[in-house]
Amino acid sequence: MKIKKFLYSQKAAPYVFVLPFILSFAIFWIYPLFSTVKMSFQTILPGQVEWVGLDNYTKLLKDSTFFTAIKNSFTYMVWTLILLIPFPMLFAVLIDSNLVKAKGFWKGVLYLPALTSVVISGMLFRLMFSEYPTSQMNILLQKFGFDAIPWLKQGSTAMFALLLLACWRWTGVNMLYFLSGLKGIDGALYESAEIDGANGWQKFWNITMPLLKPTTIYVLTISVYAGLAMFLESYMLWSGNTSPKNIGLTIVGYLYKRGIERNQLGYASAVGLVLLVLALVINVVQLICNGTFKKEED
Amino acid sequence: MGGKKKNKGGMVQNNGVGTVLGTLLFAVLGFFVLFPVLAGALASFRPGIELLRRGLSINLDFSTMTLNNWKLLFTPNPDSRKYFMWFKNSMILTLVTVVLTLVICYFVAYGLSMYEYKLKNLLFFLAIATMMVPFEILMLPLYQEMMDLHLMNTSAGVILPGLCSASTIFFFRQYMIGLPKALLDAARIDGATEYGICIKIMLPITKPAFASMAILSTMGSWNNMLWPMMVFRDAKKFTLPIGLNTLITPYGNDYDLLIAGSMFGIIPIFIVFLCFQSYFIEGMTVGAVKG
Repeated sequence: MKIKKFLYSQKAAPYVFVLPFILSFAIFWIYPLFSTVKMSFQTILPGQVEWVGLDNYTKLLKDSTFFTAIKNSFTYMVWTLILLIPFPMLFAVLIDSNLVKAKGFWKGVLYLPALTSVVISGMLFRLMFSEYPTSQMNILLQKFGFDAIPWLKQGSTAMFALLLLACWRWTGVNMLYFLSGLKGIDGALYESAEIDGANGWQKFWNITMPLLKPTTIYVLTISVYAGLAMFLESYMLWSGNTSPKNIGLTIVGYLYKRGIERNQLGYASAVGLVLLVLALVINVVQLICNGTFKKEED
Repeated sequence: MGGKKKNKGGMVQNNGVGTVLGTLLFAVLGFFVLFPVLAGALASFRPGIELLRRGLSINLDFSTMTLNNWKLLFTPNPDSRKYFMWFKNSMILTLVTVVLTLVICYFVAYGLSMYEYKLKNLLFFLAIATMMVPFEILMLPLYQEMMDLHLMNTSAGVILPGLCSASTIFFFRQYMIGLPKALLDAARIDGATEYGICIKIMLPITKPAFASMAILSTMGSWNNMLWPMMVFRDAKKFTLPIGLNTLITPYGNDYDLLIAGSMFGIIPIFIVFLCFQSYFIEGMTVGAVKG
């Protein structure tokens, strides 16, 4: 009875409400995070765990396949930042202006790819990029007078396929992020700029861009994570985790290969932690450069 | 948000040529977006083996089209049974995941926004911190943990780790923070318990937030692949994405089912999207406004 009364008190209630989070946080976040850190210092064989200190990390530094994976993930991430921030921003500004008719329809259409699972979209793209002269991309090439190429068997064209898939899936999503940012901008600012004789470009550069900054930082931050942690897109384009000369191998792909396919949990954990540190460092530097932390202080 | 605003962007003067060009740009973009889906839809009316031998391209030769793949999908046969077993598994898993996620995240967000207490800010900070670690890094230790907990090959193993989704909690919290707390005190004076207030008074007010999150969560769960692929071992438990993935074989024996099944698999989520488009957009953009 006393316990019941306590549980119903205004003091205890919030803790009852957040209890699922505390449990989930402890069991499915803190515990696995610590165990992966621990495993990265171990070699784990069935029934036999051995502490090996920094061995996994020193091996990793000499592992050329790992550097291929880092290079691929990094290239992919940088290109997605170049392609999936400025263009969606521009499209959002356009669709928010009077220059486009049937806005709702286009928003829906551009969002459609995000609804398809990566299995389906990856399969469609793999087949469009297939090496036969009858595949869509090769038909296009031949129309422009080039020869058909095995798109997914050489590094640069394979990266092109991955990026096209990324642009196809995420342009609409990022555009919606920017659209919601634009909604927060006071229209009166544009009116007064017009009175001062500002042209379209000046208004975009001096009003829209700075006021969209929080949205841009948000999109930038999640894009860094998503880019560096990309895996399934590559898995589907090569229908499996193996690509010729590892041109499609990503950091998470390598983690999956070592951890799941070869059961080397210790080594794979080290791969995951390097990824985590890379992503965190890039984002913290990016956030500091953008003045995010400074703003919160004052 | 408010109603329609006149020339909100105000970037460019409104004129006929500009409108044509602007709309044309989106028509071109829309064409590129719809292109692969259209190619896939057309290909679903041709023998699947063609996909393997020729790749995918827009092929408008209607004379060679057949309904065979769709017949395979919808007439009683082992392939069709297999496909609809995955379909059913996906439906059930999605439904259970969405309901549980929403209920739990709502309660957690309620606890994080409606009370003042010592640990509140720390807990909220921790919730945000979980978003800073990509799931892909935790999947390996989680996989180990699921084995230790004997949750491999179970729906619980798939659902539990994602239940307290930080982004869903964040969304509910942002929504509830804007609600007047005076309501709570009034209800308390009327003798309502803390839990009664949460369920009977606040929950109805929070309905729009539930709608946005339900749709977003449905989409994520319906298309989720990586984690279910690691947890489910038994082909009888496969969800649609994992099942479709097993059809992708080097010899293309199952491509008939694959292409028709893939196209059909987009339909449920597409219908949900069309019905609730406005909620969808609100749900996914809340993080971006605040920054």
